[in-house]
Amino acid sequence: MTRTLVVVGHGMVGHRLIETLRSRDESGSWHVVVLGEEAHPAYDRVGLSSYLDGKTAADLSLVSQEFHTDPRVELRLNTGAAAIDRRNRTVTTTDGAVLGYDALVLATGSRPFVPPVPGHDLPGCHVYRTLDDLDVIREQATPDRPGVVVGGGLLGLEAANALHTLGMTTHVVEMAPRLMPLQVDEGGGHVLNRLIGDLGLHVHPGAATETIHADREGRVDAVTLSDGTRLDTDMVVFSAGVRPRDELADAAGLERGQRGGFLVDDRCRTGDAAIWAVGECAAVEGRCYGLVAPGYSMAETVCEQLLDLGDARFPGADMSTKLKLLGVDVASFGDAHAATDGALEVVYANNAAGTYAKLVLSDDARVLLGGVLVGDAGAYATLRPLVNRELPSSPEQLLLPAGGGVSTGALPDDAVVCSCNNVSKADITGVIDAQQAADVAGLKTCTKAGTSCGSCVPMLENLLTERGVSVSKALCEHFTQSRAELFEVIKATGITSFSELVTRYGSGRGCDLCKPVVASILASLGSPHILDDEQAGLQDTNDRFLANMQRNGTYSVVPRVPAGEITPEKLIVLGQVARRYGLYTKITGGQRVDLFGARVEQLPEIWRELVEAGFESGHAYGKALRTVKSCVGTDWCRYGVQDSVTMAIRLELRYRGLRAPHKIKAGVSGCARECAEARSKDFGVIATEQGWNLYVGGNGGFNPRHAELLAADLDEERLMVLIDRFLMFYVRTADRLQRTSAWIESLEGGLQHLRSVVVEDSLGIAADLESAMDEHTRDYTDEWSGVLNDPEKLSRFVSFVNAPETPDPTIRFTEQRGQIRPAPVELPVPTVRTDQEVSA
Amino acid sequence: MKWHRVCTAAALPPEYGVAALLGEDGAAVFRTAGDGLFAVGNVDPFSGAGVISRGIVGDRDGEPTVSSPMHKHVFSLRTGTCLDEPSVALPTYPVRYRGGDVEVGLT
Repeated sequence: MTRTLVVVGHGMVGHRLIETLRSRDESGSWHVVVLGEEAHPAYDRVGLSSYLDGKTAADLSLVSQEFHTDPRVELRLNTGAAAIDRRNRTVTTTDGAVLGYDALVLATGSRPFVPPVPGHDLPGCHVYRTLDDLDVIREQATPDRPGVVVGGGLLGLEAANALHTLGMTTHVVEMAPRLMPLQVDEGGGHVLNRLIGDLGLHVHPGAATETIHADREGRVDAVTLSDGTRLDTDMVVFSAGVRPRDELADAAGLERGQRGGFLVDDRCRTGDAAIWAVGECAAVEGRCYGLVAPGYSMAETVCEQLLDLGDARFPGADMSTKLKLLGVDVASFGDAHAATDGALEVVYANNAAGTYAKLVLSDDARVLLGGVLVGDAGAYATLRPLVNRELPSSPEQLLLPAGGGVSTGALPDDAVVCSCNNVSKADITGVIDAQQAADVAGLKTCTKAGTSCGSCVPMLENLLTERGVSVSKALCEHFTQSRAELFEVIKATGITSFSELVTRYGSGRGCDLCKPVVASILASLGSPHILDDEQAGLQDTNDRFLANMQRNGTYSVVPRVPAGEITPEKLIVLGQVARRYGLYTKITGGQRVDLFGARVEQLPEIWRELVEAGFESGHAYGKALRTVKSCVGTDWCRYGVQDSVTMAIRLELRYRGLRAPHKIKAGVSGCARECAEARSKDFGVIATEQGWNLYVGGNGGFNPRHAELLAADLDEERLMVLIDRFLMFYVRTADRLQRTSAWIESLEGGLQHLRSVVVEDSLGIAADLESAMDEHTRDYTDEWSGVLNDPEKLSRFVSFVNAPETPDPTIRFTEQRGQIRPAPVELPVPTVRTDQEVSA
Repeated sequence: MKWHRVCTAAALPPEYGVAALLGEDGAAVFRTAGDGLFAVGNVDPFSGAGVISRGIVGDRDGEPTVSSPMHKHVFSLRTGTCLDEPSVALPTYPVRYRGGDVEVGLT
């Protein structure tokens, strides 16, 4: 029987709970109703400040498409809980609905603490917690005007980062003598104060906010501190800690913790056996936790109880933290303040470089108890799992840059590698040894390790290597090199044939993996026609016949229609050709027309008619640029802000025919409404009032992913230059069949690295990439015409070499809805493929 | 056995294949890098489509192969056996050079 779970609160922890429950509840025993008070479904609150730095609410969203369409999950946004009736097991929502529950999970989170200083509620005073808060802050922020953040802890610095990003002159007021007093010790705090000060922020440590003053119109205009300092300011942001949202407790008769929060036991259960609390609103055995990782552990604990998977207890929290604030690394783990009796401290501070590192050791200096890292937290990933364990090497070796850190092999099996998701070393090696994952992406999927803050990703790579999963880059049995390496070899040696390449740099005679790759590289490096000489035999059948093979061995033909703009005359030609050859016609998702059912020997005749009418190949068959989809833009649309069609045509004509590791799709939208769906493309261009935003790495298909912002408000020339560099960098360095989305994920440093190469030219290769693209564009010719004008190439387009005009008798069609379709095939040998082979 | 002319040797470049109308559903004739000649059935047994001649010629552990363009099953050119699924095989035919032509034998 299906039971109902009501979750109050759709924040990070509430969402994790539902996600985990749904992924494990195979029999579908729970129906979930979740109430979200905000207008947005769960989003990454930890990454909130990036919302002011180019990310959109959609980027930050934690909610997948499957979640939205899951019939067992009902999400009610803009809805909170007003009351709980425990006797009847119902929740009354803020909009008056009454929901029955079998189990209730409170995940209401917390609210920012606003100190009751005079003036705290004046216009111009804000808190920093939700996307809505940030919208208001963004709207009211004026660049170069002063803003004051009250609170210099983790959240305070996040808020300071936000004001700084918005261009404000930012002051941070902290009562303690240093920033981040909870996480960082005195020595680290000093370094942190200085690093933050160097960025142009004004830090006021050891000061309390006494009064907030208003101007004549009643708006904030100054703040007085306890040391008498008066700061003129437009804005005050309170970010001085949080308080659990436990208002529902009293009326429902639920007990509270001493310092607030729904009091729960170590199973996260309240005094009522049907009610749990998780995340920041829960006082687990009296204690509230303000980090997401303990919240995730609570969610896990509750899930196991809901699914009767065992007697799960909250394991206690690892309060370790690693973050990058304003570009400054800060990490704190274990007993960071050396509170343990007899604890010893080993400190390494480099004032010149602005780094500080401290290890806290047991009194015999053998066991690592904790530590603090400021300025460079690179050692965090390897140090944190060693907490409460014997040191594998001397403290100097662990800390000093030359020491090289510690190997993952030294970690015990139960060491937690990913603390965000509580994944141990054994969890990861188990998955590797069972061959369920052979790369970092696979480990992320199987274990969730590395999916939150990402600081453990280098450890995942090390573990793979140590378990003998050579993350082999070999293309196939004939080449030990990766595609990127072969590209460099061919570019450097000037080799122009596969035979020479495989003889000099490979072994054997090649296969269907390496041959098309080499063909693609040769094409990228300027081979005149992809069917010249030996190259024809290297191409996959689609490239070999410049058309797309269908299930019965016939082909489909897609002429280029740049940006989807087509005259009635040309549209009529497409119809005439389709009618003459009896082809099935369908409009594609890329704003073109696909003509299906052409036999090999018909292809040249069809092309000839199309070419004569002004068409050319659309490269639908190639690992190449497909189309640049566009909306109708300013010419017609009453909302458009830029001419998206002209831009899309320009892009499509510049990059047509570019051979790449995989297909490339693009889109251009004329305004933020995004009708061209550009953010689902490898590169997407979206008009702004000031110019164009460039997004990269989007994908539909197996793993849908939104493209991410690479650069904003570009003029047309700069936009083209950046796309030139992006595409050519991809062509040169991606793996075989790796779309831009996976390629960016595989880059060490991800999007940031890509941005530094493409936008800032950190590798000094931008000019080379641009000139390579210029060359490609200059040398472009239509591949269909290339066959029509070459009798030798033309001679290969026959059904049978000894009966060129006889249609292949295996090709048969039936009719459906007035058009042809392949006739069902009776296979000569009934075959059953095993699962193993299917997955191989 | 009767030998059938398929094409001139020049019309079959190395590491390439052509389809020939022979027998019931046609044959796929390949020339490998060392000028070896092979002929197998042209119909891909997994899809029923006559496409084997359009596959990529190569080798696997030294065995000369063709990969079906339909779903990339790899077949031995020598024995016709599908190396990815040994219970499935293509028919094979004798093939030879004769006076500048390529000929396939049918019984």
